[in-house]
Amino acid sequence: MAKHNKPRRFYDYSLLFCIIFLTAFGLVMIYSASSYTAQLKFDNASYFMMRQLKIAALGLGAAIVISKLDYHWYARFAVLAYLLSYVLMIAVSIFGKDINGKKRWLKLGPVSFQPTEFVKIALIVLLAAVITQMGKKINSWKNMAVIMALAVPIAGIVAANNLSSGIIIVGIAFVMLFVATKKQWPFYLCGVAALGVVATAGPLATALEKIGLLKPYQLSRIHVWLDPEAYPMDGGYQVLQGLYAIGSGGLVGKGLGESIQKMGFVPEAQNDMIFSIICEELGLFGAVSVILIFLFMIYRFMLIANNAPDLFGSLLVVGVMAHIAIQVILNIAVVTNTIPNTGITLPFISYGGTSVLFLMMEMGMVLSVSNQIKLEK
Amino acid sequence: MSSNQTHHRGRIAVLFVLLGICMAGLMGRLVFLMMYRSEHYSEMAQDLHERERIIKAARGRIIDATGTVIATNRTVCTISVIYNQVKDRELVIDTLCRELLLDEESVRKKVEKRSSREIIRTNVDKETGDRVRNCHLAGVKVDEDYKRYYPYDTLASKVLGFTGGDNQGIIGLEVVYEPYLKGIGGKILTMTDAAGVEIGNTFEDRIEPVPGNDLHISLDVNIQQYAEQAARETMERKGAKRVSVIVMNPQNGEIMAMVNVPEFNLNDPFTLNVEAPAGITGKEKQELLNQMWRNPSINDTYEPGSTFKIITAAAGLEAGVVGLNDQFSCPGFRVVEDRKIRCHKVGGHGGETFLQGAMNSCNPVFIDVGQRLGIDNYYRYFEQFGLKKKTGIDLPGEAGTIMHKKENMGLVELATVSFGQSFQITPIQLITTAASIVNGGNRVTPHFGVKVVNADQTTVKRFRYPVKERILSPETSATMRYVLEQVVAEGSGKKAAIPGYRIGGKTATSEKLPRSLKKYISSFIGFAPADDPKVIALITIDEPQGIYYGGTIAAPVISDIFKNILPYLGIQESEEETASAFPIKG
Repeated sequence: MAKHNKPRRFYDYSLLFCIIFLTAFGLVMIYSASSYTAQLKFDNASYFMMRQLKIAALGLGAAIVISKLDYHWYARFAVLAYLLSYVLMIAVSIFGKDINGKKRWLKLGPVSFQPTEFVKIALIVLLAAVITQMGKKINSWKNMAVIMALAVPIAGIVAANNLSSGIIIVGIAFVMLFVATKKQWPFYLCGVAALGVVATAGPLATALEKIGLLKPYQLSRIHVWLDPEAYPMDGGYQVLQGLYAIGSGGLVGKGLGESIQKMGFVPEAQNDMIFSIICEELGLFGAVSVILIFLFMIYRFMLIANNAPDLFGSLLVVGVMAHIAIQVILNIAVVTNTIPNTGITLPFISYGGTSVLFLMMEMGMVLSVSNQIKLEK
Repeated sequence: MSSNQTHHRGRIAVLFVLLGICMAGLMGRLVFLMMYRSEHYSEMAQDLHERERIIKAARGRIIDATGTVIATNRTVCTISVIYNQVKDRELVIDTLCRELLLDEESVRKKVEKRSSREIIRTNVDKETGDRVRNCHLAGVKVDEDYKRYYPYDTLASKVLGFTGGDNQGIIGLEVVYEPYLKGIGGKILTMTDAAGVEIGNTFEDRIEPVPGNDLHISLDVNIQQYAEQAARETMERKGAKRVSVIVMNPQNGEIMAMVNVPEFNLNDPFTLNVEAPAGITGKEKQELLNQMWRNPSINDTYEPGSTFKIITAAAGLEAGVVGLNDQFSCPGFRVVEDRKIRCHKVGGHGGETFLQGAMNSCNPVFIDVGQRLGIDNYYRYFEQFGLKKKTGIDLPGEAGTIMHKKENMGLVELATVSFGQSFQITPIQLITTAASIVNGGNRVTPHFGVKVVNADQTTVKRFRYPVKERILSPETSATMRYVLEQVVAEGSGKKAAIPGYRIGGKTATSEKLPRSLKKYISSFIGFAPADDPKVIALITIDEPQGIYYGGTIAAPVISDIFKNILPYLGIQESEEETASAFPIKG
């Protein structure tokens, strides 16, 4: 049947549908979560939704264009992008717009954006390229150390102003390394250690504070996490309001648009805490559905990574998969007060222009990898 | 270019499984939060979102013995402005100035103030409130509210009491019967956002208020008004500081009137009923207000003087230490131990029987009776008649009796107590004890409250008051009625006599402390009909100018009151038979 010499190629429409669905669902939830406050603040109920819609549409266009490119083509920009991310991070530390003592926004002409999002994508491409270059040598301690040495300094700069993004960047590198090497126990050790820290957080934090490793405000954050109802006015406010929203959702929720907590109780409900509004309006049913869609998305990533024509493509997808999965898990964990509060957005759903734009570009890369899969026969 | 190896596929699969486990864990956490903790968080969220607005319950009315409403509620309006909702500021200012008769400057300041709700005026009458509401101005709220209203203004002001800002009783019956009168407040529950702004179109929960129950009291408006008028005239004529009148049913303790002039206006209880001294401080004014609100019949004690001879006589007769025809002699004084105690008649009454001594209100006779009784006996009767305890009247702040301790009592103290000096009791104590002595010997509890009736006219509660039976034998009680009728018929209380009626009574003129000031309290206690008392009344005139003898100035007032209320109470004039026609056993 083939009229051309070109082999038939795969294109992951399931993933594309997933992306479009989540983005559209995100827009609906942004409207629902923000319309009340947007009406009060900007006299325009769809203020946040319209902004997000424009950037998401732009991002989707970019994703489709990128998906039609050969992903090997932009591997050559990897080092450049990596260096650029240093430049941007240093620039944002100096010229960044100061909001609540944190410098996260860089203004370039008429657009302002968060360079950390760029750092994530640059690092994924760089690490995929470097690991592919190393080949089997990645199994040596030295080269593993090289990979971490590439990720940790930039993550450190990021973490100075945005701790959670720093954690995500380290996490991405960690996951990519895990997939690439044959070594096992260091990763499982890390996993066990992490679980151990979470389980003994209270006493551990108190001990660390005593010997001066934790600052008092960080300790109080731990205490707030362990018992938010004891600190309703101080640190516990946001978490507690989120829990009110989640708890009052019940099995099937109050119905779309019926949230009360979004009316100024949950601060900036369209951002980090949007999942709590999803819980309140759509209930356990809706919240689990959202998680399942993300899980399905990750499943698609796995399929693409497993079938990628080469290791570079596979690692690209693994990097993106790590990025999305870490953010989803951490966001929901924060909102449900499973881990201490730290600002992480929910991919595709939370309001945030930079985030959705770069996420779309990452999706373009993944789709591009999928597009390189040759269908047999 | 390295190939994608099986090893990598395996690791990716492991990664997927691990991520899946994480997400399953989070789903488990959500199930916990949204199923098992749902109720807890929903409740806390509900608390946070709901705003309660209280709807005041209408306070129960107070209704007198004739069915006349003497305390009720009036609907008043509170007019306020909500800044965010006002559209035409000028029109609002203009309208409010015109309707509420306020000056523009103060209204403008309030209307233009950025606040969630600014109260322009409270206690606006309903008519004006309705007019403002009918202007349909955006942002202007007219809230209806209840305010206590007393149709008779000053009537029994110190008895009824008044209510405060939350419609709670402050003094008088309003305090004592608060639980029955106040009702249960209703609520409007509305949802609000974080800034406290009510959210439109949400479910509004409304809990209707339960109005308070009506209190029926024994006070009779007609008797009260007449007694009040008589008391006021007396106060003015005699230039007295205060005049109090208590009218009671001696058989059951129901109080028909309790007058304490000067009364004050219950609808304006925070304005002094006298000219306030210039430059008065807030604290001083509060002190004067407290004085104005005092009910001297209950809250203040005094030396009863000769009216207390009723008690000494009853004790003496009951103990059998004296008979009506026992002979006494009065040289104008009596020496007890080292003290010479004078009679009010300087030359003395000479030889007289006990009955004559009572009619003359002769101090030496009663000193002798007291001495015959002795300290132990006298004290026993004092307690037996209930004089040591409070009467238990249903009004707040009843003062207790100030009496010598038994162990400190000598014969001199006994002598002075015998004719009503050197100790203090309240007027209500005196009238209650006297009533108990003449009603056959049953100690009654003076009271106003009769029953509580709810909005459906069903009686919710009928009050019962303790009666201590036989504090005195019926025979002694009958003798006392005879003695006191003689006092009015031919003795010191003859100005209380009313042709055609059998009146009993006793006068008193007490010297206030310190004696050197020469200030007096004139009083008279009277009851009718003397053979079967249906009404007993006590008048106390505090610091009368000029003539101050109780028999001269107090007795005629009670006579005047009786003349009017006896026919009103359905007490018929008796046949022209004199009391002395009845054989009385000494």
